[in-house]
Amino acid sequence: MSTTTGTTTGANSGPAATLVGVAPVPDYAGHPNDVVAAGIDLRVTDTTLRDGSHAMAHRFTEAQVRDTVAALDAAGVKVIEVTHGDGLGGSSFNYGFSAVPELDLVKAAAEEASQAKIAVLMLPGLGTIEHLKAARDAGASVARVATHCSEADVSIQHFKAARDLGFETVGFLMLSHRLSPEQLAAQARVMADAGCQCVYVVDSAGALVLEEASDRVSALVAELGTDAQVGYHGHQNLSFGVANSVLAYRAGARQIDGSLAALGAGAGNSPTEVLVAAYEKLGIATGIDLDGVLSAANDTALGYITRLPWMDRASIVQGYAGVYSSFLLHAERAAARYGVAAHDILRRAGEKGYVGGQEDLMIELAIELASQRQEMPA
Amino acid sequence: MGTNTKPTAAIVGSGNIGTDLMFKLLRSTELELAYMIGVDPASDGLARAAALGVEASPGGVDWLLAQSERPDIVFEATSAYAHLANAPRYREAGITAIDLTPAAVGPYVCPPVNLDINLAADNLNMITCGGQATTPIVKAVSDVVAVEYAEIVASISSRSAGPGTRANIDEFTQTTSRALEQVGGAGKGKAIIILNPVEPPMIMRNTVFCSIPAEAAEPGALQEAVSESIHDMVARVQEYVPGYRLVADPQFDVAHETWNGLSRVAVFLEVKGRGDYLPEYAGNLDIITASAARVGELVAVHQQQATTTGALA
Repeated sequence: MSTTTGTTTGANSGPAATLVGVAPVPDYAGHPNDVVAAGIDLRVTDTTLRDGSHAMAHRFTEAQVRDTVAALDAAGVKVIEVTHGDGLGGSSFNYGFSAVPELDLVKAAAEEASQAKIAVLMLPGLGTIEHLKAARDAGASVARVATHCSEADVSIQHFKAARDLGFETVGFLMLSHRLSPEQLAAQARVMADAGCQCVYVVDSAGALVLEEASDRVSALVAELGTDAQVGYHGHQNLSFGVANSVLAYRAGARQIDGSLAALGAGAGNSPTEVLVAAYEKLGIATGIDLDGVLSAANDTALGYITRLPWMDRASIVQGYAGVYSSFLLHAERAAARYGVAAHDILRRAGEKGYVGGQEDLMIELAIELASQRQEMPA
Repeated sequence: MGTNTKPTAAIVGSGNIGTDLMFKLLRSTELELAYMIGVDPASDGLARAAALGVEASPGGVDWLLAQSERPDIVFEATSAYAHLANAPRYREAGITAIDLTPAAVGPYVCPPVNLDINLAADNLNMITCGGQATTPIVKAVSDVVAVEYAEIVASISSRSAGPGTRANIDEFTQTTSRALEQVGGAGKGKAIIILNPVEPPMIMRNTVFCSIPAEAAEPGALQEAVSESIHDMVARVQEYVPGYRLVADPQFDVAHETWNGLSRVAVFLEVKGRGDYLPEYAGNLDIITASAARVGELVAVHQQQATTTGALA
């Protein structure tokens, strides 16, 4: 099942270049992710051990991390993200405590990987430069810095520090659906100027449908040129994770996120194994062995997953209303504690415009809903 | 300074914070705002100060210290970098500094928690907006039971987060975390800040999670004592921040299996500003200017008493 197309769909000859109004994809020669030099068309980053941490309630064990990294590394996945679901320093009452300190997991992952780079996520306002230093010491080599889509300027100090520490850098513009393509591109520019080497359109709510995703990618490619690559991170709340990732590639994205068996927040991420299969059918080389990644999903991840993400009522509401996927389990816990419905909490979180990180307010919304119910006449 | 005149004050820094603070100090019965100092002649804050009869100058600290009538108290509303340079000069001039920057030259102070023991300090630091909002709650809980761990989440409107906050957001989390320990009395502190761009802007929110002994998480006298202490503290903060309120009663939970054995109390707060210069949603800016004004007033009273005592001796 190895790829037969090689690099024939290389960076400058992808289908996006033929679309009206879409700028040609730049030549990223010399970029840390120089796909042409690597003989691939795009690089997949697997986030099972980071976004999947949400669905695992941050209870990953060191053995699970080692087994997953070994399987992904053997399959040829080039970047593996390992962190608490909410990034470095995420272990907390607000987001859930890690069963094993995340730096121990990062260290174990780095030991296990032979060719893959280990990535860590950090959210300014929660994680700090001190956390980045500790992650670098533990063996991480890619720093992914995430902000709400309109707040890119809070990441400037972290990109500078990450580059000084020798990290390859990635920027995450979360809840990208909340800005227009042009507004999003302006925020991407802020990150790129600060030292970010690839800015992701991050569909944290699984809310983007087809062109809504690729138009944003196109806008970022046009803005960034050769200054930085563009990536895409999809969620399955409306089942568009993989389709959007294909369109994102065609629009010029050269880094794409996936997660084994979709393990991730909300209805889960674009499944890595499905991405690899779909790209292979389209002749888009990822450098990942399909059998290997299918085995990683089937024989490794499915063995420990306690909650398989799927498109249930609450997560579809998240995609439809554009609500941060990681709120799901927190809304469910608050719903159970206060006897209200999780989808009602999530809908209200969408109406109020809550952003990533405001998990605490799920509790408050549940209390509010419970008190309103009590005030209703019998 | 005669015993019949109020202590005088200067604000250094004529930006949003300094200007909001000016309106609060102009209401004070304990001190007299004599000077408003900036560096930008076009600053709106300086123009407003002049219009309100406060002597305003873009000449910076050099101008202030060259005046024949120096203030008793200076409020620093510039940057940590500027305050580190200015602090020794204020000290040499015998001026008490109330520092609204993250420089932390002097002790962290929160009026209802530890101002009484710091009244004579020559430099007092106002922590952060989140620190002013949350350390009183941690103190209220730690006064009753041991708080091994305290964690706060401050949510502020993006519009209220100025360039200084944005350029060094790590400073907020690190300073606030330390204050939860040093002022709040927690064994270990953790602070999180979230910027939310929603329109209309959201009013500042703070959630405080304190670990508590399992006994206090169950209904009973100990839980009631914790709850009462929190309500009392909220009332004390409201004396100088009228828009500070509990959104819900404190919520008690016994340790969830994933909470590392820590039972907890969760406190949900809203801080609505007075709208003096900054809009109501900017409770984060209001609480630090209101707290600084409170500190200034109590320091002024303390200085007045010391002067009176000195005069009698």
